[in-house]
Amino acid sequence: MATTAEGFDAHTDDHTHHGADHKPSFFARWFMSTNHKDIGTMYLIFAIVAGIIGGAISGIMRAELAAPGIQYLGWWVNFMGGEASFDANLHMWNVFITAHGLIMVFFMVMPAMIGGFGNWFVPLMIGAPDMAFPRMNNISFWLTVVGFISLLFSLFVPGGTGLGAGTGWTVYAPLSTSGSVGPAVDFAIFSLHLAGAGSILGATNFITTIFNMRAPGMTLHKMPLFVWSMLVTAFLLLLALPVLAAAITMLITDRNFGTTFFDAAGGGDPVLYQHLFWFFGHPEVYIMILPGFGMVSQIVATFSRKPVFGYLGMAYAMVAIGVVGFIVWAHHMYTVGLDVNTKMYFTAATMVIAVPTGVKIFSWIATMWGGSLEFKSPMVWALGFIFLFTVGGVTGVVLANGGIDDNLHDTYYVVAHFHYVLSMGAVFSLFAGFYYWFPKMSGRWHSEFLSHVHFWMFFIGVNVIFFPMHFLGMQGMPRRYPDYTVAYTYWNEIASYGYLIMAGSMLVFFVNIGYALVAGRRAESNTWGPGATTLEWTLSSPPPYHQFETLPVIEEHHDYHDHMSTPAKV
Amino acid sequence: MESTFVMTIPVRFAAHFRFLALLFAAVILAFAGQSAVAQDESLVPEAGTVGEIEPAASAEVADSDAVAPGADTDGYEYYGPEMIKGQPTSFEDDAGASMTFQDQYSQNGEYAQWMHDSILMPIITIICLFVLGLLLWVVAKYRRREGVEPSRTTHNTLIEVVWTVVPVIILVAIAIPSITLLARQYETPPADAITIKATGYQWYWGYTYPDNGGFEIISNMLSEEEALTRGLPGQLAVDNRMVVPVGVPLRIQTTGADVIHSFAVPSLWFKLDAVPGRLNERLLTIDEPGIYYGQCSELCGARHAYMPIAIEAVPMARYRQWIAAQGGTFGDEEEAAPEAAPLQQPESALPDAPGAGEPATVDTAPDGAAALDTQ
Repeated sequence: MATTAEGFDAHTDDHTHHGADHKPSFFARWFMSTNHKDIGTMYLIFAIVAGIIGGAISGIMRAELAAPGIQYLGWWVNFMGGEASFDANLHMWNVFITAHGLIMVFFMVMPAMIGGFGNWFVPLMIGAPDMAFPRMNNISFWLTVVGFISLLFSLFVPGGTGLGAGTGWTVYAPLSTSGSVGPAVDFAIFSLHLAGAGSILGATNFITTIFNMRAPGMTLHKMPLFVWSMLVTAFLLLLALPVLAAAITMLITDRNFGTTFFDAAGGGDPVLYQHLFWFFGHPEVYIMILPGFGMVSQIVATFSRKPVFGYLGMAYAMVAIGVVGFIVWAHHMYTVGLDVNTKMYFTAATMVIAVPTGVKIFSWIATMWGGSLEFKSPMVWALGFIFLFTVGGVTGVVLANGGIDDNLHDTYYVVAHFHYVLSMGAVFSLFAGFYYWFPKMSGRWHSEFLSHVHFWMFFIGVNVIFFPMHFLGMQGMPRRYPDYTVAYTYWNEIASYGYLIMAGSMLVFFVNIGYALVAGRRAESNTWGPGATTLEWTLSSPPPYHQFETLPVIEEHHDYHDHMSTPAKV
Repeated sequence: MESTFVMTIPVRFAAHFRFLALLFAAVILAFAGQSAVAQDESLVPEAGTVGEIEPAASAEVADSDAVAPGADTDGYEYYGPEMIKGQPTSFEDDAGASMTFQDQYSQNGEYAQWMHDSILMPIITIICLFVLGLLLWVVAKYRRREGVEPSRTTHNTLIEVVWTVVPVIILVAIAIPSITLLARQYETPPADAITIKATGYQWYWGYTYPDNGGFEIISNMLSEEEALTRGLPGQLAVDNRMVVPVGVPLRIQTTGADVIHSFAVPSLWFKLDAVPGRLNERLLTIDEPGIYYGQCSELCGARHAYMPIAIEAVPMARYRQWIAAQGGTFGDEEEAAPEAAPLQQPESALPDAPGAGEPATVDTAPDGAAALDTQ
């Protein structure tokens, strides 16, 4: 393996001399970029900025919930330029939960995973010089940025009871139509239009790239699992987002042009909106986690120095999750008044998803079984991911039961569940991927010590935040409440302490990144040794501005059985 | 290959210009939309809320009429705090109880709790410990050692079949009681079930009794001080409870007057959304007399957290007494009583009905909307 990598390095170095590293001027490079690595970097920086804002909002929420009563909301209303009053303060809470949800879903997790790591590493891993449509790639990014600005703008315009959109990230009608007077909700919806358009363009770009631009010999069944995960994710985006776009367009016309798609008084149906939203919304949760599955597969194989166990099963488990993910949406609507047969169907279908998910969990463990494990920072995050995603997964099985969900629906149990799979599942995989590829992207080494400190503080912090929420939910505390009866005080206070630990760990993260960029040791081509066998490790760190101008050739005689061990003979 | 990726500068600008023009048009559209909103706003006198309803505004008026806790209203005495059965338990009172479900007071609730505690909980605990155990095992056993070569195993058909089939079997084992539970929850209420319609308003509940004359009770949250004075839990206690007979089937219907609300009572394992334009219906039979608290469970605007639900389940004799005190009637007292009660009385939909947010009449709401007067 090592010889392969070295051989390839020599090869690319040859290209560098021929101007592969010639970069455009600053403005052309960053504002009119057509380079997948630059766009990926911008997506990552954007996601970090959005994550700071979304994470700060969750800090405001945990502070408010640390004790019963309304403590700080009035201050925030004044701070945001509104006028504090009983209803305005409560509205501010709804604005916070809405903004937190939308920012974390559309402007943190998705841009980081798909725009960031997807852009950076899909072309590198399949041996392509760039994405299929580099200019469209640029539009995708800037649409996302403008969408985010539209969402931030909505915070400062009237949204009904106060400034900002207070509809929840689900934007349910009629609270979002007749229930919210003022332009804030229009701006929030418009922000989803823009971000959604950006994601649809990005999805077509990924599909085209993966189908058409794989290096010679890189068959679909030899693609790294991260590329598989991006392919499935792109199809989910392409099929799900137009449905969201249609639903929120109908919201816009209901709000502004007198239509009654979701207004019973005009023959419409508020529940129709929920069906449309969740037809998008459920695939959306897999959109947020599948790239994480892909990253964890790469990382576990790398640090076990073993090929992924059951490669084909892993790839098609993701396909299965993607397909089944489209036919389980109404489990988000169990209490809306579904009939009994519908509820039985969605109960059964939802539980089916546990099977391919189980295949993935066990295959990761089997990949490590008999391996030679090294606990570098990406690996500890991946291990944390596997365990915490399991915890979030099993509470999903509980919630899948329509009859059980009658009690847990819209309580903190649900909040705990989806933060275990997202705030821990998706975010752990993001940090795993970040530490895995940071030396490759930046050419600098982060501090392994600080990375481990970050991991342990974050691990403890998020568990202290979210585990007690199971108790609160079972005791009946509804979600989206700024205030609660005193019986819920204890576990809420504990959860808020957890936030402080988590926030502290993020300081460590930023110190680590700062250290790496300023004083980090230079990174080698293959930073992680013989376990790292995918094509990006054959390039310099950071890779040349243009790579693979001569396409690498993947040897023909290797099939998926030892795909991960010997892919990159060039 | 090369030419595919390099475009000339004018083309690049053109592409950007088209995009910017598109964006500009979109922004214009958004602003056009806002002016339409602004017009709407001018039509609504109280900008800021959807409806015209301000139940709290009536608080000052109604406050003077406030009735002392447990006071006698036409011969009916409301239960005191000692009858509270369905409410959350604090960690300080009982650490164990604060970490699980509230005690259940309906048969479906008991079945569901049994299913969770005896089937789901053991299964998910074992799965988590199993996965954790495997992780710790591989972490301990297979950490990198000098001279130990990693295995190259990437397949084992038997184990792959096992970890596919065993989860399927576990899920089927879960599905059987799960489907049973659903079937029970969806049993059709018998013809003689008593119908009570819960209407969600921003931000209070209205309870209509179509079988007993169709009057509507308006239920507002008590202020924290008032609740504590009466020995009741803050943010759960209400001025007028939804009084229902115990031990007999109830046909609970829910609907929303403005936006979607959700009628939820954790200790009865009951949650049904109140959707405008829809009438949801579910059977509920309460086992024991007592007070059962719940809270609105669908985001419905600013005071979402301040529209609790309180059910007072009482023996039939007391229920009849209470109905009489509200000026209600019983079908069996009248000669030409209909076989089945009309499903829905339109009263709360009339503009001057109490459901539309007018201060409730004295005998249906003795202490009015004392809620939220602190702010």
